[in-house]
Parts: sequence; C-alpha cells; structure tokens
Amino acid sequence: MNDVLAVLEQRERTLRKVSNEVVTGARRLADALGQGGGGARVDALVIAAGTVAGADQLGGFGADKVITLTNPAFGHYAPEGHARVIADRAKAGGYGAVVFAASATGRDLAPRVAARLGVPLAQDITDIAVEGGAVTVVHPVYAGRALLKLKLTARPAIVSLRPNVFTAVQRPRAGSAETAAVDAPVGRVVVTGIKHAAAGALDVAEAAIVISGGRGLREPANFKLLEQLAAAFGGRAAVGASRAVVDAGWRAHADQVGQTGKTVSPTLYIAVGISGAIQHLAGMRTSKVIVAINKDRDAPIFKVADYGVVGDLFEVVPKLTEEIKKLHG
Amino acid sequence: MKIAVCVKRVPDSETRVKIASDGKSLDEAGVKFILNPYDEFAVEEALRRREHAGAGEVVIVSLGPPAAQETIRTALAMGADRGILLQADRVPADGLEVARALGAELKAGAYDLVLFGKMAIDDYNHQVGPMVAELLDLPCVTAIAHLEIAGGKGTAEREIEGGVEVVEFRLPAVLTTDKGLNEPRYPALKGIMAAKKKPLEVKPTALGAGSLEVLALSPPPQRKDGRVVGEGSAAVPELLRLLRDEAKVL
Ligand SMILES: Cc1cc2nc3c(=O)[nH]c(=O)nc-3n(C[C@H](O)[C@H](O)[C@H](O)COP(=O)(O)OP(=O)(O)OC[C@H]3O[C@@H](n4cnc5c(N)ncnc54)[C@H](O)[C@@H]3O)c2cc1C
Ligand SMILES: Nc1ncnc2c1ncn2[C@@H]1O[C@H](COP(=O)(O)O)[C@@H](O)[C@H]1O
Repeated sequence: MNDVLAVLEQRERTLRKVSNEVVTGARRLADALGQGGGGARVDALVIAAGTVAGADQLGGFGADKVITLTNPAFGHYAPEGHARVIADRAKAGGYGAVVFAASATGRDLAPRVAARLGVPLAQDITDIAVEGGAVTVVHPVYAGRALLKLKLTARPAIVSLRPNVFTAVQRPRAGSAETAAVDAPVGRVVVTGIKHAAAGALDVAEAAIVISGGRGLREPANFKLLEQLAAAFGGRAAVGASRAVVDAGWRAHADQVGQTGKTVSPTLYIAVGISGAIQHLAGMRTSKVIVAINKDRDAPIFKVADYGVVGDLFEVVPKLTEEIKKLHG
Repeated sequence: MKIAVCVKRVPDSETRVKIASDGKSLDEAGVKFILNPYDEFAVEEALRRREHAGAGEVVIVSLGPPAAQETIRTALAMGADRGILLQADRVPADGLEVARALGAELKAGAYDLVLFGKMAIDDYNHQVGPMVAELLDLPCVTAIAHLEIAGGKGTAEREIEGGVEVVEFRLPAVLTTDKGLNEPRYPALKGIMAAKKKPLEVKPTALGAGSLEVLALSPPPQRKDGRVVGEGSAAVPELLRLLRDEAKVL
C-alpha cells in the first residue's frame, strides 16, 4: 500500500527528460512512505507502441521495476487508452501513490485517472512529503503569490510534479524490467499527429536555462541577440518571451512565460528588457536563479532578480554572449 | 447546438494576496472578483458556434457563492442565453468534488458540447474539465487553441512541449480552452442590459467533504532581496563570477 507508480512519458519511443524527474520524485515519496517499516517500491510505467529508448536507464534514478505496456494504438498519446491502462494498473498494484509530470500530457492524463479512481488530485506540485502517514504537497496558487499546502487522505494519492523542480538525481537500483502487451479501447479521442516546432528547439517549460525577451528588445529581429546567447549555452537554453511581445506577434505563444503562458522553473532565468509585471512573475518566480537586464533601475523585475544588471541590453547581452562562449569554448 | 460552459468566479490576478486569519484561505476583503479569463475563451467559442449554426442555446453553469451570479451575468452579457448557479457557501479545494457537482447538473442536459477553461487562475488546478468528462463518460480534449467541428466530429489542436498535437474527437464532447482559441468579446452595453432579464436559476448544492484537506495557505518564501550587480557591460564579468561561484549555475 506504500508502493509508488511513476507514470512516464515518451515521444517517438524515446523517453522524455521529464520522466527522470518523475522517477526521482516518486523515489523520494516512496522512501518517505516506506519509513514506517517495510520500505516501498517504485514501479515506473511506460506506455508505448513498443520498446522505448532510455527505459533501461530508469533504475539509475530509483525505479525498482520498469513496466512497459505496449499497444500499436499507443504510438501517440491516447488519452482514453492511457487513462484506462493506468487506472487498471494502479488498482491492481494497490499503490499508495501515482506520480505524473505536470506536462501537457500529464496535466491532461492525471485528472482522468483520478476521476476514474474516485480520488483527489494535486496538480503541478513543487514539494512533497509524508506526515503522519499521509501524503502532503505544496502547490503554488494565485499566480504564485501564495503556496497551498494540502493533505491527500485517500489512497492512492495522485500528484503531478512541476517540471524542473524535482531535479533528477541518480539513486541506483537494480531496476528489473517487465514488458507486456495490453488491450486498448478504440478511443473516441485520437491524436492524429504532432506539428513540430523548429527542430531541436527546446521548450521553455522544460529547459534548464530560459532567456526571455520583452518589449525592451524593440523589434522582433533583435531576438537574434537572445538566440545567440542561448546558443552560447550549448543546447541547454530556450528563448522565452513576455506577453507584450507575443501579443505584438514577435514571438509564438508557445514561448510566452507568465500567467497566460507557461510556468517555468529553470535553474537559470534571464529576463531581458522585461519590466516584471505580476503576471510575468507568475510564470517564473520559482526559477532557481533569476538574472535581470533592464535599463530602468526601478523596474519591478529587479525586486525578484538575484542578480541585476542595470543597462542597455543591446550592449550587455552581446558582452554576456561573448563571455559565456569563452567559458564554454 | 446545445452548449454548456462552466465558469468560475476568481479573484482578479492584479489583486493583492492577503491570507485570512485561519491561515488557510484568502482574505477576500477588498478583493475584486472576475470571470476566470480562460473561461472567457470557452464562452466566446460557445457563442461563435451558436452564431455559426444559426440556432442553439448556450447555458452558463457555475458553482459558487451567491456572488457568482455576477460572474454568470458577465457571460450572459457576452451573449449566453441562460445561467445556472449551483450555490454553495464554499468552493472545495478538491477539484473532484467540484467536478462531481458540475457533472450531476450537466448529466441531464443533453449538451453537444461542454466547455471549460483549461485552468482557473486562482487554484491553477487544470483538472475540473477532464474530471467531468470522465464522470460523464464523454470524449475530452484539454487546453485547445484551435477547433473545427463538422458533422458530429471535431478536430482540435493543443500545445505540447515543442509542438502542437492534432486531436480528433466525436461529439458530444468536453473541451477545455486555452489562450489563442479566439479573442473574447467585451459585453456591450446592450448586452449588459439584456443580461439582467435573462433567466438565472439558483440551485442550493450540497457538496461532499472530499479527501483533500487544506493544511495551510502561506506566502511564498521571500526571494532574497534583489541585488544589482552593476551597470552596463562592465558588470558582465562580475555577473558571471557570481553565477559560477556563488549561485553555482554555470
Ligand atoms: C490577465 C492578464 C494576463 C497576463 N499574462 C501575462 C503573461 O502570461 N506573461 C507576461 O509576460 N505578461 C502577461 N500580462 C501582461 C503584463 O501585465 C505586462 O503587460 C507584460 O508582461 C509587459 O511586457 P514587457 O515587460 O515585455 O513590456 P514592458 O512592461 O513595456 O517592459 C519593457 C521593459 O524593457 C526595458 N527596456 C526598454 N529598452 C531597454 C533597453 N534598451 N535595454 C534594457 N532594458 C530596456 C524597460 O525599462 C521596461 O522595463 C498579462 C496581463 C493581464 C492583464
Ligand atoms: N466552481 C466552479 N464552477 C464552475 N466551473 C468551474 C468551477 N471550478 C472550475 N471550473 C471550471 O473548470 C475549469 C478548470 O478549473 P480548475 O481545474 O480549477 O483549474 C475552469 O476554467 C472552469 O471552466
């Protein structure tokens, strides 16, 4: 009753990076749940059309067993099929908790599974613990301006983890593997394809480093300054945007950080020419380290920035790019 | 097309957040409440579908305190036909309890579409829509930014990390709406006047206790006071030193 089911994500039969975080979070929870005695296991669940690259590495992050359930219909995310398979598995395995990523897929899937099991869900959590045998979680509310601490008294406790918060940690286990074919209902909801953004472009919600630009960049072409800076970090950085520049059509909505855009928690967030409106802060205030570059010393972004540089971005950003290149070069 | 839209009354995102003396809830004194911004996309979409079909009905459903009547009136002023308030003294923290109450009301309505926002901007829960879909056993697509419907079938697009998922579904269905789906209209004065006369049914609603307990609501940990490293490009070397040696992120 204390074991934890970690629900992982794959795309094109490759495990997504966020899956390592889910196993890490699940391990942490299992260790806390198992403390009363007997320990607790982490089963990592992969749902796919066939074997998935990276699944054999999950023991490294603390999975005791990796269960791969296959069906030809699971090439893409199949909401109804996935929900049923996970709910059935959760019931059969008598798990104490089911852990998802609060990704686009996880946020869609977790409520379906919770409703099927008739238990509550804590979505997009930033912390998890066990108190008096019950799972407690922290979930940011009111645009990140307050933290709600919740206790989940039903079992299994269902949670989804905010990406980038439960930083993947190596916790080696033997990690046995089990693969089985499963039936899937012919869903009434079918993903027919994925239109890809620019190849290789990292999503702001999942990048370790996010460099966001605002109206201070003056015109869309100037975003190349930020792209060059991102490139200097060697593939770990994504370029984000404030709503002002998304509304102006300079950048895609997919890149928008904030209340009506994405919530990001990178290791490093660099705000360039962004004033720091409350709705922008809502999307990035849980970043580990915040840097702001703004010419207005009184800009509110400096109140949350760990390190601020007051100055003209057209002068500061190229210099920063140059220095980062040196560091990595 | 008979369409239901579930809307939530939420504090304006600009209002200051003050925690009530119970340490578990928002102090509502002086707080301005609005129609949840994501639900505006849902209301707008419903109105466009009705206008496009040239017939049909748009029903607004909200679970909340008596004051949520104003929220429903806002949607009626945009052009919806009638409203239902499931009146409760509190809105539970447990999204499943909210979904159960809404689901019970929606069940008998024979709606072609039931629309939700992708999330409420107070609780950031992202869950009530798909939960209602499961409880009513309806197909569901969440967080849609594009929608086409023809002959009992729909195609929606939703943003995922690094791309856009194209999803086909059958009607009747539950959809939750994201920014980008449409540009919600502002209620015109005429609409505001008309809304006052539109039917709004108030139904007292008993809620289950749920098994999600709020332990505390607290301010986020203060970020260390912001610190200005220096001015202009001359500050860059010191910035890098701090990022490397102090913050250890490089
Ligand atoms: C319901 C609602 C939801 C919203 N959701 C979001 C959201 O999700 N995300 C979001 O970002 N916003 C959101 N907003 C908008 C938000 O309130 C701000 O309007 C927006 O964030 C401002 O964008 P900005 O910082 O790019 O522009 P501005 O506020 O115009 O700031 C530009 C900054 O650039 C600086 N600058 C100018 N030139 C230079 C230079 N050469 N060098 C250095 N600095 C320079 C200026 O000093 C200024 O601080 C929302 C608003 C509402 C009402
Ligand atoms: N109390 C409520 N009354 C009516 N609809 C609601 C209520 N709470 C949530 N919803 C709907 O569910 C969506 C998602 O809310 P949430 O799951 O709380 O983030 C909202 O955008 C509304 O459409």
